[in-house]
This record gives sequence, structure tokens and C-alpha cells, in this order.
Amino acid sequence: MDFDLFVNILYATIRTGTPLLLVALGEMVCEKSGVLNLGQEGMMLMGAVTGFIVVNHFDIVALGFVSAAIVGMLMAILFAVIVLFLNANQVATGLALTIFGSGLSAFIGADYEGKIITSLDSLALPILSDIPVIGHILFNQDLVVYFSFAMFVGIYLFFKKSRGGLILRSIGENPDAANVIGLSVLKVRFLAICFGGAMAGIAGAYLSIAYTPLWTENMTSGRGWIALALVVFASWRAERIILGAYLFGFASIIHLVAQGLGFAISSNLLAILPYAATIVILIMLSANKNKLKLYEPVSLGKPWFKKH
Amino acid sequence: MHKIKRLELRGISKQYPGCLANDNIDLTIEPGEIHALLGENGAGKSTLMKIIYGVTQPNQGEVFFNEHPVNIKNPAQARDMGIGMVFQHFSLFESLTIVENIALALGKQGGDIKSLSERIRIVSSRYGMPLQPDRLVATLSTGERQRVEIVRCLVQDIELLILDEPTSVLTPQEVEALFSTLRHLSSEGCSILFISHKLHEVTALCDHATILRHGKVSGTCIPKQETSKSIATMMVGNETPISTNYNKVQGDEVFLCIDNLSTNAKHDFEVALKKISLNVKKGEILGIAGVAGNGQEELLMALSGEIRQKKSKNPSIYFDGQPVDSLNPFKRRRLGMGFVPEDRLGRGAVPTMTLSQNTLLTSFDFGLVKNGLIQVKKMKALANLIIEKYKVKAVGEFSHAESLSGGNLQKFIIGREMQQNPKLLLASHPTWGVDIGAQVAIHKALIQLRDQGGAILVVSEDLDELYQISDRLCAICDGELSPIKATNEVSLETVGCWMAGDFSVDSVNEKEIVHVAS
Repeated sequence: MDFDLFVNILYATIRTGTPLLLVALGEMVCEKSGVLNLGQEGMMLMGAVTGFIVVNHFDIVALGFVSAAIVGMLMAILFAVIVLFLNANQVATGLALTIFGSGLSAFIGADYEGKIITSLDSLALPILSDIPVIGHILFNQDLVVYFSFAMFVGIYLFFKKSRGGLILRSIGENPDAANVIGLSVLKVRFLAICFGGAMAGIAGAYLSIAYTPLWTENMTSGRGWIALALVVFASWRAERIILGAYLFGFASIIHLVAQGLGFAISSNLLAILPYAATIVILIMLSANKNKLKLYEPVSLGKPWFKKH
Repeated sequence: MHKIKRLELRGISKQYPGCLANDNIDLTIEPGEIHALLGENGAGKSTLMKIIYGVTQPNQGEVFFNEHPVNIKNPAQARDMGIGMVFQHFSLFESLTIVENIALALGKQGGDIKSLSERIRIVSSRYGMPLQPDRLVATLSTGERQRVEIVRCLVQDIELLILDEPTSVLTPQEVEALFSTLRHLSSEGCSILFISHKLHEVTALCDHATILRHGKVSGTCIPKQETSKSIATMMVGNETPISTNYNKVQGDEVFLCIDNLSTNAKHDFEVALKKISLNVKKGEILGIAGVAGNGQEELLMALSGEIRQKKSKNPSIYFDGQPVDSLNPFKRRRLGMGFVPEDRLGRGAVPTMTLSQNTLLTSFDFGLVKNGLIQVKKMKALANLIIEKYKVKAVGEFSHAESLSGGNLQKFIIGREMQQNPKLLLASHPTWGVDIGAQVAIHKALIQLRDQGGAILVVSEDLDELYQISDRLCAICDGELSPIKATNEVSLETVGCWMAGDFSVDSVNEKEIVHVAS
């Protein structure tokens, strides 16, 4: 394998991992507040179809991403109202959201299958992209990839350093205690769910606008689900989520390369690789139960309401 | 000179659906006063505190703070006014450090983490409760967690500190340290509202007491001029006999024998048992004292069969001479074991099942099942018998376990186990959170079983209870068992040292036993 191919594999790894990174970071924030939203796949698909249609009509890529974020957030608000204010079961509601999102997106997008749009261009960052090897891999990407870098750093610091992060963590651990010291549990959870929805919308739009600039039904092909697994196996830590996301990206690319090189393995079998590899490696990482307990939002998935 | 009243409540009433929790309550606290709020469970103490701390609002009545009428809408407002509260079930976040926990509660006025850490260090050492601000709460003992809660109140300017049953989780020595902190605070003018149902503590610490009963003020007094008995009468009324002294007995032959039982901790939150050996004889009650989380739960799980030991040449647990190490709970029950676990809802009873179904759970061997079919009539009859005999307040055998109050469910569970005439009864915190009336009933039932020749092992954090009912006493600390002594030969101080892990203390050298069961 020559060196250029290797660099290109890593370049593509980042691109492939980006949507997973975005949606997983969003879901992590949501879960840290104690809400499990299984609707990631549905919100991603709605983001993907919205972004594609908007770019197809108006030819403005930025507008596509913004509207995808808004639609993702609207889906999340629907979820939030049901689970936070009507105290419905989070698992059932999330599943329903996914089914709803994939059905609705297929319906809306039926006329757009096979159409073409202007995709998101890459944007070489001055100076940084001149760094040999790394410059090309990391800083010759498109804007959304840079946005995902920024989100990663921002969320990492948010949980490590900020008071807001402290509040979010405390609500995910013990909402009753948080309520007693005067934090508004439902408001924080609502905001966290909305953030998760926006991130899922953007992640979906990245697939339909930048990664493969076209719309097909169910094009997220389980990334929303893998993101959910990723958050758990990354034990709710941003630094492990980014690792897992790129691991997934790498394995996806390897399977394409392997197919191209003509290995005599069934392509269906190879297609499992990214999913299997990501989960196996993260399970190995999360084997330390004590550490896990420190990061796990204890009240994850439990409805909370004011009792008086 | 006219002294400004720190807190005054006038005619406070609070109606919950189906129950009047507070009925026209008046209460006055002066600056620097330590005021006790006494009452049984369900007397309305918690509701009243929640009103003062702004967690809930009264339907009627007025609250004055420093003689200004106030309407406290939420805890944040209460804290701004200078009211702090230490909850019975701590409102701490385990995965955060001490300073992070305190920063969360203080909001913006907490300042940055560094200067807050410094403030915590200063305040905590000034009041004799040293804390390291950067430690994780998960690694702290119960006593230390309580300090965090108190320090959290003290780093602000505080004028009224409310403590909800603060001593229930502490060793006697820790209680003494807490009291000196509270006296220090009161000497500086901070008023303290002290909620408890341990009467000797109230007489030792408090200047005034208000006693609640069925949501109303049933009396006020100066505790130092009263006896524990006279206060208790105000709490429970005249119907219930308050304190009974039971005779101590020797016991017969050994029924339960534990020989060098050791276990491994599977994770940091578990305690490993270290070479535990003890005997419980037929017809005696052995009490195990200790602060929660020192291996009590692990010991009981090993005895009940929830955790089984590996088969080995040297079995470590015997029932009546028969090794039971590898037997599951069901088989152990067939050998005559009864078990009253610590958590009633979950391990003691299934919350969503009716009382008669819950009876079936452990009593199915007693003629309730025939040819694999449930004998519904017999099952209901047994449940009704338990309800009647143990005075369980429930609508009927069809009531769901979760609909009962803690004390009533406990009476039911104890009754259920008792009805099987167990040869060995394991009881964990039998009267935890149970009011005095029910406490007496449960104690009497235990003594009765003892006198019929049952071997009883009681694990409790309540030393008064252990002194009252157990014939021999020991303590557990960090998975190790202290020496076992006859209850009337061991002083409270010795047990305190045992609970703190110092097993070298020998009570023979000490002065006369001073403890008086309240």
C-alpha cells in the first residue's frame, strides 16, 4: 500500500466519521442530562431530506444545513414534549420517533431520489493545511468537519470546565437533589434534547449534502443506532466518542478499499466490519466498571416530574 | 430589650390530596436558639420543613423571617435569605467532587473553584469538620457526606440551619462532634431547627422543642426540664406504651454458625467480609451495630443465600449444624430461615403486587399451593390474618404493597416472616423509618419469637433499639466483626469505638454503663 493511498484513507476516515461524531456528541449531551433519545436515526433522516430539498431548490448549501438543524430540533421538541411534560416512556417514544422520521423522510423525499445538487466544497485552512500529511488529513476538509472539531472541543471543555456542564451532569445523576438546590431539571433537559436534535439534523444533512450528495430512502443506514451504542461504549466521554467515530470511519473506508483490491470475502461480510469493529473496541475500552460508574448518568431514561 | 425573632410561623396549614399534613401550626425561633421539632413519622415534620425551605408552599398561614412577612417560593430564595437545610437523604452528587457539589448549590455567588476551595477549607476547619474540597463525594463516608451538606450551608451567611434527622447515620462519637459544631454555631447567633425522634439527643442539645402529632402542635416544652418519657408521651399520645424493658436471656444451643466467612468485593462500592465468625443460639437475639455500608448488606446477602459461597472443604455457614454455603435462598428457607431485608419495596415485597400475593412469595410452602395450583382462599386468609394480628393499616389483602406506608409495610413483612415460625430470623433495620407505636409492636413480636426458641440476628444502625432488644451485641466495621459481648456488659462508648473500627477497647476497664434506653 503506497503512502498516498494511506493518507487518502485517513482523509476519508475523517469525512466518514464526521456525521457519526456529530450525532453522537449531540446524544451524549442529551444522555448526560438523563434523557435517552432513541430517535437519532429518525432525526438524522429528517435532517438529511430537509437539507437535500432546500439545497436542491435554493442552491445555498449553508441554508440546507441550517434548515436541517431546525427540522432536527423540531423533531426533538416533539420528543421532549412527550417525554418531559407528558412523562411518557423514553424508550418507546424514541423508537416511535425513529419510525416516524424514516417514514416521513421517505414520503417527503420520494420525488427527489436521483436528483443532483451542488455539494459542499472543501476549504483548505491557510497555513494549517500546509503542514505535511496532517495538514491534508485534518485541515483540507469542508466547513462541517471543522464545525465538528469545534463542537468536540467545545463539549469537552463544557463538561470539564464550565458551570453549565456541572449543572447538566448533576441533573443526569440525581434530578431530585438538583431540584432541591434550585436547578430547573425540565428546562435543562429540554435544552439538551433540542441540542441533540439539531446535531442529528446537521449530521443527516452532511450525509445528503456533502458525503454522498444525493438523497435515497433510509440513507443513514443505521448510523443513528451506532451513535447510540457509541455513546454508551464511549462511557459518555467526548474524547472516546471522537475516537470511536473515526474508528467507524476508518473501518468503513477499509472495507471499501478491500473491495476495490478484490479480496475474496463477501462484500456483505465486509460491510459489517465498521459496526463490529467499533463496538468490539469500545467494549474493550469500557471494561473498567469503576471508571464507568463515574461518568454514567445514573438517572438515564427515568422520567422525572415535580412531586408537589 | 426586645429581641428580634428569627423565624415565626403563624397558622400554617398544608393540605395534600387525602391528607391534612399541617394543621394551623405556630412556631417561633429566636436567634441562636436550638429548637427541636419532634414527632412520629407522618406527624407533619417534613412538610413543615419543606415549607420553611421553600420546597413547597402552605395553603394557609404566614411566615415571618426576622419579623418581615415572607413568601418563600423556592429553595434558592430561602438560601438567599440565609436559610440552609441538611437533608436526611443527602442531596449530593456522587460523581462530583466536594467543591463542585458546593459550587452547584451556591450558584453565581460561589465564585471560582479555587477561591471556593479555600473558603471550604477555612470554614470546615473552623467548625471542626475538616474536608478536602477536591475529593469525590462517592469516596466519602456517610459522616463526611453530612459534613459536606453542613459546610455547604455554612459557606454562605447563614441565620437559620435546618437539620432533618442528622444523627441517624452517625456513630455516637460523630454525634458528639456534630453537637459541638451546632453549639458553636448557635453561640454565634445562628438559629438551628433540629428534627429528630431520638429523645435523649433532644434533651441533650436543644433549648426548646415543638412536638407535632397528626399535623398539629401537640405541645411545646423546654427539653432540659423534661424526661424522655414525658416528651414521648406528647409525641404518641397516651394510647401506646412507650418504652419497655425486655429481659435479657442466655439462649440455648447454637443454630446459626458462621465460621471464618470471607468474601471478595466485586467493585469499589462493595465491602469485602474479613474472616467473620459468630454464633446465634436458639432463643436469643444477636445485634450487629454499625454505620451503613460497612459490610452489613454483604453479610446478610451471604446468610440469606442471595450470594452463595463456593463449595469448599471448610464450609463457612451452618444452619443447625448443616452446612448451607451452596444452598439458594429457597432451600435455606426450607431449613427454617426467615428474612426481613433492608429495602422493603424491591427485596421485601413486590410493590405492584397485592398483599396476599406478597404473602404467597415466601409462604407458599405453608399449604398455600396444592398440585401446583394456588389455594386462593387460604392465601387471602393468611394475608388477612397477618394484617389483623400485626395491626397493619391497609384497606385489605388486595391493597398493593406500594400503597402502604413504610412502617405498615414493614409490619406486614415482619408478620409474614413471623407467621412461618422461623427457626432463624435475619432482620435488617427492622424499625428503620417506623414510628414509635409500630416500633414497640415489632420489638414485641421479635421478643416473642425469641422466647419461643427462635434464633434472631438483627442488624441495625439504631443503638437504642439494639440495646433494648438484643441479648448479645457486636459491631461491624469495614467488613470486620468486633468482639461479641452480652449487651448489659458493654457500654455505649465501647460500641462507638467498635463502630469506628477500634476493636481493642475493652469495656471491663470502663466506668459503669451510662446508657439509658429511651
